[in-house]
Amino acid sequence: MAQRVGIEVSLACAEAVKLARTDVVSAYPITPQTHIVEHLAELVANGELEADFIPVESEHSAMSACIGSVAAGARTFTSSSAQGLALMHEMLFIASAMRLPVVMAVANRALSGPLNIWNDHSDIMAERDIGWVQTFAENGQEVVDLTLHAFKVAEDPRVSLPTAINMDGFILTHVIESIELPDQKDVDAYLPPFKPLQILDPGRPRSLGVVGGPEIYTEARKAETVALENAYAVVTEHFEGLRKQFGRAYKPVETYKSEDAEVLFITMGSLGQTCMSAVDEMRAAGRKAGVVRIRLWRPFPAGDFIDAVKGARQIIVCDRAISPGACAAPVGAEIKSLLFNRKINNIYVSNPIIGLGGRDVTRQFFKDIYAQAVKDAASGKPMATEIMGVKE
Amino acid sequence: MAKEGLHSWEKLPLGCSVPEAGSAAAYNTGDWRSGRFPFTQRESCIKCGLCYIMCPDICYHPDPQAEGYYTWDSFYCKGCGICIHECPKKAIVWKDEKEEEEYGSACGD
Repeated sequence: MAQRVGIEVSLACAEAVKLARTDVVSAYPITPQTHIVEHLAELVANGELEADFIPVESEHSAMSACIGSVAAGARTFTSSSAQGLALMHEMLFIASAMRLPVVMAVANRALSGPLNIWNDHSDIMAERDIGWVQTFAENGQEVVDLTLHAFKVAEDPRVSLPTAINMDGFILTHVIESIELPDQKDVDAYLPPFKPLQILDPGRPRSLGVVGGPEIYTEARKAETVALENAYAVVTEHFEGLRKQFGRAYKPVETYKSEDAEVLFITMGSLGQTCMSAVDEMRAAGRKAGVVRIRLWRPFPAGDFIDAVKGARQIIVCDRAISPGACAAPVGAEIKSLLFNRKINNIYVSNPIIGLGGRDVTRQFFKDIYAQAVKDAASGKPMATEIMGVKE
Repeated sequence: MAKEGLHSWEKLPLGCSVPEAGSAAAYNTGDWRSGRFPFTQRESCIKCGLCYIMCPDICYHPDPQAEGYYTWDSFYCKGCGICIHECPKKAIVWKDEKEEEEYGSACGD
């Protein structure tokens, strides 16, 4: 029987990595990711996890070690946050270009400066285009399930791409939750040993990570892009596998009270949980509000998203990152671009930027945003992206 | 629209890998040369082999037809001129090269 335990989400993430029978962990500590790799180091040191833990001097080296590790055929995990993720930047593109299925937990934290260790999504939004499969967890149970799912998707021969699980720093990572940790035999049934498509092997020599001049770079990028787009079907297939194995159902886009909603909040990560509580209260007050939560960020689940919002007259896209000087914040820009592509022009899109650098987002804040957005739509004001809750 | 690349994106090996060893041998670095190539005047050559030793691309090889002399490989020579600089007898000189010309052994007669 799977054990339901009270456990810190970071530790549960590490336990999931252990249950996945990970071969290699390489990471450099950074708040708020620290407890994940600290616990993994403990599990390796005390013999509970038969893996190599490679201590490194920087995140750039951590990702480089992970790339080498997967190229050698090992199931490999790392984790980082904010400045650490930024320091990995160039290697993140190398992992996806080489089609090496590294799995990484990102404990989302604001990028400095000013120096800030608290949660927002500016770290992962700066790495939006790395070519990795990217999911967002809303609570501790999802962190465990999505971690197992990440290995399953990344290592699937139809995908063979690195995968990142995003979890809000502190809000998730440092909270003790009631989490069901699956049995080893169930995890083994869901996640068989890693069978890499190609490895570095002196017996069958090959070169990985070679130069690609103008005559081949475009084709290489096309192949990689199509591989990420095709990962969508595998992501959903393995969500279904999760449901069958562990009894918990996941979708690329999750909805809450959205069927008859006139106004929909769009959230990613832990905001969805607060937002659903706010929507319950707003419904009780007679407002037809709902929530659409984006679980799969890359590849973007365009069809699922359109299906989820097409009945609404207004959507409020909550962004936890700024794209300075751009026409919208990252998620807002994504969604406006999608609606334009699909020739959908009857939905008013508000794009509030909230919860930056650990600023609390309460149920009341969602109600205030809702009131402001509805007022903006009624006044016929141009659709805007605005940083909310700024002290004047 | 023009199909510009050399290989179909659908047929590229996974991650643009090179699935065999020693593939750099097929890389025609000789087409980096621009307008000139090194030519050995064998009447001045003392068979010291410095061109063979100093060439960074290993373009010089012992000439099987003429003992002691070295022959030169147009397929790899990038035209850096190190052999010309190193030759103690100034036996190696630049010669003009037209793009359409193809060279076998470019050594002296």
